Amino acid sequence: MKGRVFKYGDDVNTDVIFPGKYTYTISDPKEMAQHALEDLDPDFTKKVKKGDIIVAGKYFGCGSSREQAVTCLKEAGISVIIAQSFARIYYRNCINSGLPPLVLDDTSEFSDGDEIAIDVETGKIENVTSGKTYTVTPLPPFVMEIISDGGLIPHLKKVLSHEP
Amino acid sequence: MAEKILGRASNQEVQPGDIVDASVDLAMSHENTAAISKKFKQIGPKKVWDPSKIVIPIDHCAPAANESYAANHKIIREFVKEQHISHFYDIKAGICHQVLPEKGHVKPGMLIVGSDSHTPTYGALGAFAAGIGRTEMAAVYATGTIWLRVPESYLITITGQLPARVSAKDIILHIIGNMRADGANYKAVEFCGDTVDTFSIGGRMVLCNMSAEMGAKAGMVAFDEKTKTYLQGRTHDRYGPLNADQDAHYEKEVHVDVSDLVPQIACPHTVDNVTAVSDVDSEIHQAVLGTCTNGRLEDLKEAASILKGKKISDSVRLLVLPASTEVLLEALQEGVITELVTAGATILNPNCGPCLGAHEGALAPGEVCISSSNRNFRGRMGCKDADIYLASPATVAVSALTGKITDPRGV
Repeated sequence: MKGRVFKYGDDVNTDVIFPGKYTYTISDPKEMAQHALEDLDPDFTKKVKKGDIIVAGKYFGCGSSREQAVTCLKEAGISVIIAQSFARIYYRNCINSGLPPLVLDDTSEFSDGDEIAIDVETGKIENVTSGKTYTVTPLPPFVMEIISDGGLIPHLKKVLSHEP
Repeated sequence: MAEKILGRASNQEVQPGDIVDASVDLAMSHENTAAISKKFKQIGPKKVWDPSKIVIPIDHCAPAANESYAANHKIIREFVKEQHISHFYDIKAGICHQVLPEKGHVKPGMLIVGSDSHTPTYGALGAFAAGIGRTEMAAVYATGTIWLRVPESYLITITGQLPARVSAKDIILHIIGNMRADGANYKAVEFCGDTVDTFSIGGRMVLCNMSAEMGAKAGMVAFDEKTKTYLQGRTHDRYGPLNADQDAHYEKEVHVDVSDLVPQIACPHTVDNVTAVSDVDSEIHQAVLGTCTNGRLEDLKEAASILKGKKISDSVRLLVLPASTEVLLEALQEGVITELVTAGATILNPNCGPCLGAHEGALAPGEVCISSSNRNFRGRMGCKDADIYLASPATVAVSALTGKITDPRGV
């Protein structure tokens, strides 16, 4: 997959990705997308296109367990999130929502607007703009399966329907 | 402790780094039950895996602030009825992390998952308790199992006698300030030491609750006589504590001597932005005492001991939210509520509301709030242009009195 980079720093928390005041008043994913990153990057929703990629520093998604902080980005068009590290609940929420979270030790060479190409299966990342390539540890096969199925709900549906 | 509990729950010997399919002993979801119930229906099963192992409190915006919250609550009540979930606590009970231990649902050795990031609070009673998201909770409702990576464990030993007006909250803020917000990401953190031994279950809950703020998957305190006493009268069920072995291996060991600890405060806009209260010079507009972190009787009493017979500053709104109805009743019986109200406090019903900007007590642009809660991210209390400081109940109370952030020692 290919997309443009939206670059953010360390400790991007769930309150700035999706404010708590909306957690129980908005249930439509499309409406969630309209508030994505509202308190960090108010222009994000105007600029984001389908397939775009978030590249961030360490501890992306820290804070609340609210899954809307993943849903809103996915619905806005984000196809992959690359970060130096993820907060653990956010990482699981990404997998369960079918949005691949990739861990790259150093993301400092990426800039806003870079074109990048990613092969999630192999973990190969190419920054088309800078010409540099990177390799991340691919996600474990059972996690990849959940993501390929589109998230935990479709995955479980598939698994349970195969059970006798 | 983590390895023992996850080994028991997955019926095998486990090592850190192993991925296990574990059977869940208890699952908790609050207002997000409405969203979870929809996802659960998408998966397919007609019935939840075990209605006796699910606890659902309504606490995040209780009573409903508007029509959409009310509709959300209605969906939850219908789901509870349809699935015969007996452990349902409607708006009259209080905050999930206080209600579950109080009502005897949390027992040592249990594997608990909750669709709330402060689920590690239950570790104060020797359980392994981790926060998960909505989709994952729907899957637990359907199957009763969850895949978990067995975390490495950290041991934090806390020793020394705390100075007056310095409490568990100051200790955990101090630890988070040193270890940083991701200092224990993915790890299981065990708290021990003579200071922790002397703590009430409430004090231990403060430590475990805020272990989430350094990224911990679970925060835990070993089962002891205090745990046993707390559980007496709350549960008649048998339970099997799983404390760590004497020679248990820890990836990291930290020692904190608190004999000379001074009151700590987390400054805007991260929980690890910690300094001494005496270093901060700021006026405040609102003070919040309560929440799942510091809304227990001992916290309200600490504040009342400072505010009794005095009046809070005219420029401050002091909101008090007892963590549960049990706490509120005890505080009423002991005259604590009278002392707080006489001093100028506004008492709210037990719920989470202001802490996450969901209900009551929202801040205006440019305002400053000091809160006994656990999170101070930008926009957390409903306004991105407001500042939130986190501190102990004593610091919150003294600051409400003076109208500015004030060190509680000597008061």
